[in-house]
Amino acid sequence: MMPEISLNILDIAENSVRANASLIRITVSVQPKEDTLTIIIGDDGCGMTPEQVSRVQDPFFTTRTTRKVGFGVPFFKQAAESTGGSFQIDSEKGKGTTVKAVFGLSHIDRMPLGDISSTIQTLIVFNEHIDFRYTYEYGQESFVLDTREMREMLGEDISFKEAEISMFIKEYLETNKKETDKGADI
Amino acid sequence: MKSLEELRAIREKMQGKVGVRAENENQIRVVVGMATCGIASGARPVLTALSDAVQEQNLTEKISVTQTGCIGLCQYEPIVEVMEPGKEKVTYVKMNPEKALEVLRLHLLGGQVVTKYTLSAAQNNNA
Repeated sequence: MMPEISLNILDIAENSVRANASLIRITVSVQPKEDTLTIIIGDDGCGMTPEQVSRVQDPFFTTRTTRKVGFGVPFFKQAAESTGGSFQIDSEKGKGTTVKAVFGLSHIDRMPLGDISSTIQTLIVFNEHIDFRYTYEYGQESFVLDTREMREMLGEDISFKEAEISMFIKEYLETNKKETDKGADI
Repeated sequence: MKSLEELRAIREKMQGKVGVRAENENQIRVVVGMATCGIASGARPVLTALSDAVQEQNLTEKISVTQTGCIGLCQYEPIVEVMEPGKEKVTYVKMNPEKALEVLRLHLLGGQVVTKYTLSAAQNNNA
């Protein structure tokens, strides 16, 4: 199992990276009134056939040749379902894949969201060739970080790996998250 | 709320500094395993620590830090591999940010392999 939900997000988003996505959308939505924490990861990568969709939910399936098990999707699915939530994969060959996991927010078995800002920063900085659109919602409040908008401000020639940029991304994510959820413990 | 407008100012400040990143064949390549096995055992902070340190110490021309998938040694994750031109690859296992920074200091900068953290040391201990 992953120790925190944000690491599941990192892991699942790496699948989108390997699916040759050019845009990955990640939404984290905390809704205290409805008692839900919803994670949506959508990409425009190579997609899967219905048969492949059912196989990735099997821990003894993987496309890797370095090992015989594939725990990424099963971990995420189990983590959500064990909190009275739900898990769903929609995929179309050639179009892309969307994974949606709903957690029971106050459920005792729900692992913490964890360091989501570091997860998003890691994804953005180490996959510069891919655009990301990250949305964080808490109740009615929300903020967005879209790397296409960042590129408009920054130009094409400055790498996100530059210390100042990487640091800015982290601060942007952390500061705006705190203003959005008022520092709630999630 | 913090605004993306700040990026314009950063861009101004960085004018003229860009374009030095081109990969060159003398670069030391450092790769961190970031598949499910790596992530679950703590690879994210290892990757961030190495990348941040390389940036902060202005070592990007000498060292490149990237991620890779699963190399089939899941029980030894987080794994950091060091590929130095003309030298044999060194595989460091069960890394954490502190150990990774030690590797940066002693091996990548100092030229001394940190034997105690290598795969062969771990395998000898198990034997």
